[in-house]
Parts: sequence; C-alpha cells; structure tokens
Amino acid sequence: MPILSIRGLRKSFGHTEVLRGIHLAVAPQELVFIIGPSGSGKSTLLRCCNRLEEPTAGVITLDGVDLMARSTDINAMRRKIGMVFQSFNLYPHMTALGNVTLALRKVVGKSRRDADAAGMAALERVGLSAKAKSYPGELSGGQQQRVAIARALALEPTVMLFDEPTSALDPELVGSVLAVMRELKSAGMTMLVVSHEMRFARDAADRVIFMDHGLIVEEGAPAQIFGAPREPRAKAFIAELTR
Amino acid sequence: MNAFLETFFKPNLIAQYLPSILKGVFVTIEIALAVVISGLLLGLVLAVIRSFHIKLINVFIIVIVDMLRALPPLVIVLIVYFGLPNVGVNIPSFAVLWLVLTLVLAAFAEEIFWAGILSVPKGQWEAARSTGFGFVGTLGYIVLPQAVRLTVPPITNRTVAITKNTALGMVIGVPEILNQATSAQSFSGNATPLMMGAIAYVLLFIPVVALGRFLETRFAWRRS
Repeated sequence: MPILSIRGLRKSFGHTEVLRGIHLAVAPQELVFIIGPSGSGKSTLLRCCNRLEEPTAGVITLDGVDLMARSTDINAMRRKIGMVFQSFNLYPHMTALGNVTLALRKVVGKSRRDADAAGMAALERVGLSAKAKSYPGELSGGQQQRVAIARALALEPTVMLFDEPTSALDPELVGSVLAVMRELKSAGMTMLVVSHEMRFARDAADRVIFMDHGLIVEEGAPAQIFGAPREPRAKAFIAELTR
Repeated sequence: MNAFLETFFKPNLIAQYLPSILKGVFVTIEIALAVVISGLLLGLVLAVIRSFHIKLINVFIIVIVDMLRALPPLVIVLIVYFGLPNVGVNIPSFAVLWLVLTLVLAAFAEEIFWAGILSVPKGQWEAARSTGFGFVGTLGYIVLPQAVRLTVPPITNRTVAITKNTALGMVIGVPEILNQATSAQSFSGNATPLMMGAIAYVLLFIPVVALGRFLETRFAWRRS
C-alpha cells in the first residue's frame, strides 16, 4: 500500500504541458530519487505533490487522503508534507528556532514552551541546536538548509520533498546536508528527492526515476539506472552526468 | 547685521509671540500625530486588501490612490473646506485638515507598503504555505513583518513630507504653527514670528527624521 500515490498527473503552464501524465506510487520509508534534464518537469512534479503548483489534472493521495478533493483541507495536509527548497527560503527576520517553531505555534497551536522544545529537538537532529538563536544571515548555506530541513521536520511530516536541496550550496557544504538526509532515510522517512547528487542516489535511494519532457521515461534501482540504463535518453543523460 | 536681527530675531517680539507660536506647535503636533497614525494604518489596510487580488476592489483602490497622489493637498483641502458646505456638509477646519492629510498619506503609504509586499520573495510565501499557513497567516506572520521593515525609509520620508503639510491649515484657519506665525507677522509687521515658526518646524521634525534613521538601522537584518 503506497503512502503517496500519483495517478495521471498533468500540469500545463499556458499552452506548455510540463507534466504529461505521471504515475508514481511511493511506498512508506522509500526514498525515490528523481533525475532528468532541466525542463523535464522534476520540480513541477514535486511542487504538485503539496499543490504549491496546482495540477491541471490527475489524482494525488497521501495516506489515503485525496489531496485534490474540494473537501480536503490542503493547509492541514501540507503539514504532513515537508518541503525543502533549493533556495532554503528561511524567514530572514526570525532566528533559526523562530523559523522552526513558527508553524508549530501559529498553525498547530502549540504553546511557546512546547514549540520551543520540539523546535530544539528538530535543530538537534540536524546538528544545529547551538545555532538556535542565530539569524539566517549569520549562517552558512549548509546550515541554513539544515535549519530549513528542521523547520519541515518539526511538523512531523509523513513524507518529505527535497527540491534540489544542495544545488545552491558551495561544494564543501553539500556533505553536511546530505548527511542529514541520510540520517532521515535511515530513520525511516519517506522521501522524494530531486537532485543531481548521484553518489547520494547510489547509496541512499531505493529507486531512481528518470524524467524527460514531462514523463517518467525509466525507473529502477540506482545500480540499474546508473549502470545500465535502457532508454537512449536516460543513457545520454547519465553519460553526461558521470562524464 | 543689526537689520538682519531686527527683521528676524527681534527680542521683544519673540517674547510677545512665543505663547501663540507654542499654542500653534501643540496644534501642529496634535494634527500630525493623528494624521500619521490614521494615515499609516489606512495605508497598510489598503495594501493588505490589495494583496487579496480582488480585481474590482483593486481597480477602485488604484484609481483613488492615484488621484490622491496626483492632486496637490492644498487643492483637496480647499475643495473639501469651501466646497462641501455648499451641499450641506460642514466639517470643522481641524477635521478637514486631518481627513485630507490622512487620505493623502494613506495613498502614498499604500503604494509603499504594496511595493514592500511585492518585494518579499515568492519563496517566502511558498515556505510558509508548505508548512500549513493559509494566505492570511502567511501575510501576517511572514510577509508583512518583512515588507514593513523594508519600507521604513521611504515611509519615514513620505510621512515627514505629508505631516509638514499641516501648514496648509493656515488657509482654512486651523490655529497651527504657520497660522499663528503669519497672523503675528501681519500684526507686528516683522518677520520674526515667521522665523520662530520655521525654528519650531525644525525642532519638531528633526527628531522624526532621526527616529526614522534609527528605525532603519534597528530593523535592518543581514540578508542571506
């Protein structure tokens, strides 16, 4: 029984169809890694999963709840779908702890004390409890991204979406973010990751999906996709990446 | 040198008219404070309403705001004060001045706050929405606090510029600084009261400008 199920997902921007019928079922605790050339629709797919992007057609269910249904409270469901962005998107006017606890206090309705405790636990998990009082501007990119992960994590999501989480980082800072993601994976978090970190995909992904022109062209175990891709387009893309 | 002092700083006139200038100072402070509070609040409310993107309402806001920004405040003051009584609406001069300046400040403030709201990156909205905030929560907790900080310098400038227009009260008989100064000037036939008025304005508005500068640094945060 998949925890996240996507069927017939389509998304158009004006006359351009970016997603042309995506089917994807993600099992609990699975890490699905999404690759593909730029413009293939990877990020749009991720952003449709919590309806930051409104799908044009299709069905998305999380834990059996239809995300597209009118009766579904999408704001409540978004709490169960943690999202990590390429550009971190931390709130610059709040401390790290403030960033992590804001939704706990104002959306979930926890007291400041409970929220701070949960927030500190989340920061601890990403190794940044010492930076709780720092503002985003005082943190390195890697630290900011880990705070962003803690912000999503604090809401105890069912699944987490990572949209190129390390693409905006200097190379020496990538490792700390990937380490946190590995820890999440080993703790059993269900994850959808759009990224170019092939090494990470090899060791941590359960399944790799190759997308092109709004469709899933090929999918399989990391070893198979990276070692012996069948589709010519996947072959060309992976040859280019591992060059 | 002596003629200069006689014209602008005649001691006995300073003593004679100091009380009425001071009275004017208090009237100016009263109107200015009332205008700043109501004008900024109304401007913020209008900017928030505009962010809901309801087309008809927004067209209405934009038209009114542009008109208020295009018209010289003096013209509006005169039309309201001398025109409205002809249709049976009598508003006291103090209230006319407050109302007009409030509307003008609100118009400019709305544009500035709106620009501030627009300048908050889209990613901030997305991050907030992805943690379960609705539109109003996102606006209130994440976007407005940033937008307002960004707009402190232009808002301060505009606020000072508009509140200085309290001097327009002179033409409709509001007993503010300039009104006191000009009537004293015509009684005494000497420019000393006008100079006293000018000094009063400087003493009044320098702290406001300084406060603006303080807020600017106080609310700045290091950009990532």
